[in-house]
Amino acid sequence: MTPPPSNLRPILLAEDNPNDVELTLSALHSLNLANEIVVTKDGRDALDWLHSQGDYAGRPRPHPAVLLIDLKMPRIDGLEVLRQVRADPSTRTMAVVLLTSSREESDLVKGYALGANAYVVKPVAFEQFIAAVNQLGVFWALLNEPPPSQPLPPAAP
Amino acid sequence: MKFRDRPLRLKLGIALMSISVVMILLICGAFFVHDYVLLGRNTVRRVATLGQLVARNCTDALAFQDPDAARELLGALAGEPHIVEAALYDQSGRLFAKFPAALADAAFPSHPAAATFQVGASEIEGFQPVVQKGRPLGSLYLRFDRSAIFRQWFADSAGIALLVMLGALGVALACSRAVQNRICGPIATLADTARQVAERNDYSVRAVKTSNDEFGLLTDTFNQMLTQIERLNADLERRVRERTAQLETANRELEAFSYSVSHDLRAPLRHVDGFSAMLRKHAETTLDEKGKRLLNTISDSAKRMGQLIDDLLAFSRISRSQLSHSDVDHDALVAAVIREGRHDNPALEWSVAPLSPVRADPAMLRQVWSNLIANAVKYSGKNPRPRITIGERDEGGERVFFVRDNGVGFDMAYADKLFGVFQRLHGPSEFEGTGIGLANVRRIVTRHGGRTWAEGKVGEGAAFYFSLPKATPTPSSSYDTAPLQPAANIAG
Repeated sequence: MTPPPSNLRPILLAEDNPNDVELTLSALHSLNLANEIVVTKDGRDALDWLHSQGDYAGRPRPHPAVLLIDLKMPRIDGLEVLRQVRADPSTRTMAVVLLTSSREESDLVKGYALGANAYVVKPVAFEQFIAAVNQLGVFWALLNEPPPSQPLPPAAP
Repeated sequence: MKFRDRPLRLKLGIALMSISVVMILLICGAFFVHDYVLLGRNTVRRVATLGQLVARNCTDALAFQDPDAARELLGALAGEPHIVEAALYDQSGRLFAKFPAALADAAFPSHPAAATFQVGASEIEGFQPVVQKGRPLGSLYLRFDRSAIFRQWFADSAGIALLVMLGALGVALACSRAVQNRICGPIATLADTARQVAERNDYSVRAVKTSNDEFGLLTDTFNQMLTQIERLNADLERRVRERTAQLETANRELEAFSYSVSHDLRAPLRHVDGFSAMLRKHAETTLDEKGKRLLNTISDSAKRMGQLIDDLLAFSRISRSQLSHSDVDHDALVAAVIREGRHDNPALEWSVAPLSPVRADPAMLRQVWSNLIANAVKYSGKNPRPRITIGERDEGGERVFFVRDNGVGFDMAYADKLFGVFQRLHGPSEFEGTGIGLANVRRIVTRHGGRTWAEGKVGEGAAFYFSLPKATPTPSSSYDTAPLQPAANIAG
């Protein structure tokens, strides 16, 4: 079974703040992407979705085009999600973009050390924010070619 | 090495030995002189005694006018090796007999002189009357070579003197050793202890007291000082530990605070701006001009607050980040800052003097120049002939760098406020900016051990100065103790 092309793969947005979700979705929707956009309210849900477990049990294992993950979330935060994604052979090669309000150097260092593909600071100014999210969407959903050898073992029960 | 820099022990030894040698030489000299005088007197007496003896023996020879007997008597003088010549004169003063017999008559005095012996440089000569029972019969002449006696005496005396001197020097050396040990020992011990303290920073050692004299007092005082230093040191270390712990706590809190500001304060601002933009779009057709203006104000304020938060975070980062010093090519750095600033006003005239290389954190120093130059460009922009001068002054222990412009200047009454956080002398409509730049400059320069100040006059321009110490500053702790500006200033 070959993975679907990236423009048909879902985009995961892990973001706890509903306002940020609305703004991000508004920006992504303005691109008229064909990709499904899945939103989880924290890192725990994001990992469940990735592994088709918990609330997402029984669904086929997703092959997301990109994971857009907020750094600061309840229960499991963005860095921990990234660590677990990289630690698991079935998700190791997924594209992970850390989205955050913080320009703190320690976060940048930790994010890249854990293997983030990109680190994007959400601009305060709305126009810049829209532009940033648009560029992310275009790049990861349309432009970027995902790894062909992405392992896709059968969905866990 | 100069004599005064030599060890005390050596100096004392040399002094004692010099004194001893001088004393010994003086004493030996005195003995020599005394002995010499005595030797002269004794020799004369010996010659006189000899003369009397020979004269008495010669009375018969003269009385009976028997020259053979006289010659034989004088010939016996050969047994006395120092007698060079001897002669016998009769009553009329005629040479009667001579010794040595082979010597010509002319070699002897032609007639007898007064009865006395003269001491010459190497000889003693003189006449001794020959008398029999109060009747004068003639005169005996004797010439005595005293140089051999003198040489013998000198050899003996010099040998003895040498032995005495050596012996005395030996004793003097031993005595000076003892004195050296007595005096230098405690001083050397004290000096050793002091060196130990200085080299190892070990204030727990104590000097050993060996006597109750001035050295004992000195040792006691020294030990008391050590005790005091040790106590003060321990106290200081304890206080440093306490302060460091407090600072570390404060720093952790500050980091948590700025992390929180960075994450949590910006999100609502983004929402304010985002949703007001969405509202503007949503209600584009129904909103009147006033409504749009109000929405724009909300949006602008949110953006401005976002900028202020960013500036404040950057400012606190300057205080928290570790300085990494390296040698900075100042000229290249300033040239790069000017070039990268893309100050495209063609009327702008630059005058940049050569600057000394310094040792500083290059990234931080770059921020200083970048801020000062950007300010100069900004505030001189309204002058039709803007001019910016960059230079350096040498002021004693520090180098003073400056950026001068002929821009709008400022009132010196506010000179100190300029460097406060978010302090501005102009409204955002006149010149844009949040007022963090000079606060950053001051914080960076202070962390490098320097100072910042400004001079200006309204309408005539301004000059901003910062100094850097010439010596490399001691590595600054990562914890900057300088507090943020008072809240009143931030609000201002």
